[in-house]
Amino acid sequence: MPATWPCPGPSGLADEYAVLFDRARPLRLLIVPPLFEEMNRTRRMLVETQRLLDGFGVDSMLPDLPGCNESPQAFAAQSLGSWRDAMAAAARHFAATHVLAVRGGALVFPTSLPGWVLEPLKGAAILRQLLRARVLFAKEAGREENSGDLLEHGRNHGLELAGYRLSAALVAGLDAALHEDEGQRVIRLSDLGGSALWLRSEPGEDPVQSAALARLIAGEAAT
Amino acid sequence: MIDQTDTALRSLLNDVLGLGTARAAALTADSGLFGALPELDSMAVAGLLTEIEDRFDVVIEDDEVDGEMLGTYGKLLAFIHAKRGAA
Repeated sequence: MPATWPCPGPSGLADEYAVLFDRARPLRLLIVPPLFEEMNRTRRMLVETQRLLDGFGVDSMLPDLPGCNESPQAFAAQSLGSWRDAMAAAARHFAATHVLAVRGGALVFPTSLPGWVLEPLKGAAILRQLLRARVLFAKEAGREENSGDLLEHGRNHGLELAGYRLSAALVAGLDAALHEDEGQRVIRLSDLGGSALWLRSEPGEDPVQSAALARLIAGEAAT
Repeated sequence: MIDQTDTALRSLLNDVLGLGTARAAALTADSGLFGALPELDSMAVAGLLTEIEDRFDVVIEDDEVDGEMLGTYGKLLAFIHAKRGAA
């Protein structure tokens, strides 16, 4: 079910949205979604995982990152730092006991929580893909652009990539960021089976994969 | 001998385009990709290339990417073979 939570932002607290399965049980999982387009592509898979976790007795919450999905905040005002602050605030607000960070979510999850990281990637890999999409798009339109020049400009002035207005702080942050690791367990796609829904150009779902993820988390969280 | 690059590329195209295992297995050297599959827009191509770099451990420069290399399954496979051979 949908709920809101108070998220710190540049103009004070904003009401951010989250998908919640909350029956006040002892195991409470915060899910930190992937960044950019991968967030949309994985949404159905993650909500399905939440539904199954609910059946296994695990509460879960999937908050929006500020500036993304239903957020009232501006995307252009965000950085990895603002997303880290937001996810830490969500963890406190919902009293999360565990965390699951998915893909680029691994750059911004609260590392103080035990839990899992699903197929993490470097910030530079995310940025490279966004830059490449822009260069390809320009090429199709008959313009020459260059990833190196765009990156340099973006680090100083911010940059529009794939329809997102990235702040200079976000560009620089992504360029340098490695996924956070405080002993959270890395889950690989091969542990779950199925194909990588976060890569898919049209969002899909895979009930078998969601079930494998929910079983793995419920099993390991209970030990 | 089974060509592992071929198998891995089919699996990758299945991931990115959601073709399903049967359609991915049915791709031939002449099967059209860029320009033939509406799902394969510039964002999807960017994702595809980044995954190719990751899974095949190669680096693809922006200026190597064009409609020719992405035009058919056979062309893309040959490109990756050449890249891996040169590595």
